[in-house]
Amino acid sequence: MIQLTHLYKSFEDRDVLKDINATFQNGQVNLIIGQSGSGKTVLMKNIVGLLDPTSGSIMYDDRDFVKMSKREKVMLRREMGMIFQSAALFDSLSVLDNVMFPLDMFSDLSYEDRVKRARFCLSRVNLSGAENKFPGEISGGMQKRVAIARAIVLQPKYLFCDEPNSGLDPKTSIVIDELISGITHEDGITTIVNTHDMNSVMGIGENIIFICEGRAEWRGSNKEIMDSTNKKLEDFIFASDILRQAKQLHDEKMKK
Amino acid sequence: MLMSRVLARPDRMRMFFKSYVNEMFQLGYNSIAIVLIISFFIGAVICLQIKLNIQSPWMPKMVTGYTTREIMLLEFSSSIMCLILAGKVGSNIASEIGTMRITQQIDALDIMGVNSANYLILPKILGLMTIMPILVTFSVAAGIAGAYATTLMGTTSVDELNEGFRYAFNQWYFWCGMIKAVIYAFIITSVSAYQGYTVEGGSVEVGKNSTDAVVSSSILILFSDIFLTTLLT
Repeated sequence: MIQLTHLYKSFEDRDVLKDINATFQNGQVNLIIGQSGSGKTVLMKNIVGLLDPTSGSIMYDDRDFVKMSKREKVMLRREMGMIFQSAALFDSLSVLDNVMFPLDMFSDLSYEDRVKRARFCLSRVNLSGAENKFPGEISGGMQKRVAIARAIVLQPKYLFCDEPNSGLDPKTSIVIDELISGITHEDGITTIVNTHDMNSVMGIGENIIFICEGRAEWRGSNKEIMDSTNKKLEDFIFASDILRQAKQLHDEKMKK
Repeated sequence: MLMSRVLARPDRMRMFFKSYVNEMFQLGYNSIAIVLIISFFIGAVICLQIKLNIQSPWMPKMVTGYTTREIMLLEFSSSIMCLILAGKVGSNIASEIGTMRITQQIDALDIMGVNSANYLILPKILGLMTIMPILVTFSVAAGIAGAYATTLMGTTSVDELNEGFRYAFNQWYFWCGMIKAVIYAFIITSVSAYQGYTVEGGSVEVGKNSTDAVVSSSILILFSDIFLTTLLT
């Protein structure tokens, strides 16, 4: 479980995050949603330690990440996996070497066992057979799947995904969402996904926090979102004609 | 700050040695051709220029070989060759690390708990510092071969060059070149890696920082050259 309490982040005189309180549960897909520029990427960077919050606490189970020493942070990071918006695969390494990289750095397994574990993770994301390809030779969707395999290879307790569906077609996005959701439930990981993809919100959002102008405006699940009366959330979620019509149909059905 | 992270103990020695060998190959082995070609022709041109402009009936015949050897050994193969390599290797390092920064590959290393500065920069620094004296030796050899090649044009004879190359040889000058080369290798890699590691923005900034890396390391090499020449000779 990850718990944020009274989290603030300012850049010079600009407050980007204002009093964020949230709890992200184990074995659940937790979503951070919000418009571009709302502060959700800054929030994610604070949670993983790429930025330091101005004030507030970030608790990883019972461990206060903000008060940890550099060494303790490094040790905790070995329990994290992260999937970046751009996949962030190492260009100079093959798919197999990318997935093996965390094992090469941090595990004492033999070479054969490392290869076996990396191949197993690649098979979990349906990428068996692509081991010897390089990131530049595979599609964006495959790159994201390799990133997922690399993120889970050390069996992390916490998985972070920064806009994992960015730049992907709707069908591939669903595949990525299902993989993230499946791995989260099977391995009991605390997963936090940063997204503004409405398919992800409706499909896998078990615990959603809506950020607007640096504040946590709304919390709930994908089932509760249709019944929300929060104006800002409605403006964000039901921005497209199709979703607005779906919302109207849902409201009419509820009235009857 | 960055250098303290770079000079920390590597997280995994096995991975460090793998990167170290790889960097020696990438930065050093891949520069051998350009070093040999440039040094060969510069050696030949220095020999021709001295023969045409300095050699006179009042000068001993060995002056051409002697001067060519001293120029190659003391300045060209160490300082000027490192200036050329600052362009090739420096821009390569800055753009490689800069691209890794803007594509979040460095963030990915940091999130994994890897000391990214140490993992990416230390093998480059030590790799080039190891291979640079070898490149300088190749450069001296190629320059002397270039000087010998001018004998085919008939401007000078092999015997005259042999005499000049052997005349008053001071072994310390060779070691001066080696010491300079190692220091310049450190300057090229550390300055370029810093420029790459601190890129913020996109491809335009990567290009700008690559240029800054070459300019800064070249200027530092030139200043160091004055200091080291005074100190060593």
